[in-house]
Amino acid sequence: MDELIIKALLGGSLIALFSGPMGCFVVWRQLAYFGDALAHSALLGVALSLSTQLPTGVAVALTSAALALMMLRLRQGNQLADDTVLGILSHGALALGLLILALFEPVTMNWMGYLFGDILAISWVDIGSAALLAIVALGLLSWHWQALVLIAVDQELASVDGISVVRMELLFMLLLAMVIALAIKIVGILLITAMLIIPAATARTFARGPTQMAILASGIGIISVWGGIGGAFQWDLPTGPAIVVTALLLFLLATLIGKPLARIRVPN
Amino acid sequence: MSSLLTLRNTAVTTDTGGQLLQNVNLAVEPGQIISVIGPNGAGKSTLIRVMAGLQKTTLGEVETRSSLRIGYVPQKLVAPATLPITTQAFMQLHNRHGATSDLPLATLGIESLLNKPLLALSGGEMRRVLLARALIRKPQLLLLDEPTAGVDLIGQVEFYQLLGKIRDETGCAIVIVSHDLHFVMAATDRVLCLDQGLVCCHGAPEEVSHHPEYQALFGAGTEKAFAVFSHAMDGHQHVHVHAHPHGSDHIDAGESVHG
Repeated sequence: MDELIIKALLGGSLIALFSGPMGCFVVWRQLAYFGDALAHSALLGVALSLSTQLPTGVAVALTSAALALMMLRLRQGNQLADDTVLGILSHGALALGLLILALFEPVTMNWMGYLFGDILAISWVDIGSAALLAIVALGLLSWHWQALVLIAVDQELASVDGISVVRMELLFMLLLAMVIALAIKIVGILLITAMLIIPAATARTFARGPTQMAILASGIGIISVWGGIGGAFQWDLPTGPAIVVTALLLFLLATLIGKPLARIRVPN
Repeated sequence: MSSLLTLRNTAVTTDTGGQLLQNVNLAVEPGQIISVIGPNGAGKSTLIRVMAGLQKTTLGEVETRSSLRIGYVPQKLVAPATLPITTQAFMQLHNRHGATSDLPLATLGIESLLNKPLLALSGGEMRRVLLARALIRKPQLLLLDEPTAGVDLIGQVEFYQLLGKIRDETGCAIVIVSHDLHFVMAATDRVLCLDQGLVCCHGAPEEVSHHPEYQALFGAGTEKAFAVFSHAMDGHQHVHVHAHPHGSDHIDAGESVHG
């Protein structure tokens, strides 16, 4: 097999493994638009990495984390609705990123790759750091799993139980920023949220518990990555959209067969 | 013995300057059952939320005994429909107190609900599950926000008997927000009556029921009914009650409280 494909499959699978459980939280807590805003801010990170020589992943993770904190802060005030605040930050960051890129852009640089994913840009170093990040992130997630799920069910119960909701929120935002920094090369900024949401939504059809849903979401994500990359190489398609369309097909399939299946399981 | 939780001159003000609570002083002693009564909008839920640490105070102090375990039972819980979880798994989420004590599950009659999805529970079932969930965590202070809303009178009798049982068996203090004046008077040690964010009277049930402020709020003559219900609370199940404007959702206290 082509080394390119192997790298793409490995990198993509690592991201799917991690974005599965993270996507479940995004779905449970209705943070889809929030994730979108964070992803858009990633372009600002890319632009900053070009102007400061920081490694792209680090710059993206830093800007996403900074934006996440800013959004958490702004959400506290209630002068504006959440979606308005998110819209301002999301599109503001995207536009600012595009401007900075236009100013610094070397003629040869393919920044479209950051919007839609550029599988050719993946190096073994990327794979290595992705693996490391995925291990750390999954470790943190499973360590705080119960607390995070309880917060998703009801923040106040969690708080009375002695869980530091603010700390967990911070952890969650940092992990989300990490997913985005990781996924940017494979699916691209505009489609990262899809990788979070679609496998989790598909998993919801079959899952009976939160952990099961997270594992299913990872599995479905990995299948989408393999299907998408296979298709992309076969028919010379852009990888990011191919992965997302595969995930979408799986979701449609699941909704079609999921309902009759549920009826069989619960006879009444 | 030191108090579990002490409020000193506690006040809560909204962003727009509305006074939710003013100058509340209260000490909760171990093993005590305290009722919080008052008309709608008096600040009862706000008070419970202050005690639970969910509501920031604008003025005053909230002092809790170090590492105090609080069990909080909100009026309702709306879990996200996107999150699949069984009732049992929900009750055990982040439970650091190990084994389930036998009291809550059997007494509350929720054993049959454990394998149901949390989302399939009715309002009354959910409240029982929330109470059991709080009890599993072996609280030293149990905070209940209108646990008997929509429960019929027999259910209420059983519920208040259950509270006494919980207190006797676990020694935990209980603060309960309630509209069930008669039961409150019969089944609790202290009554705190709130009106427009102020404590208008507090003390033992008999004192409070004779207090002019109380009678102004709830009308004189409740003492007579109080006597009837005190009798009912002495352990008799056969309470014959005349028509009463309450809901008829006979569930919360569970059907298995018999003696």
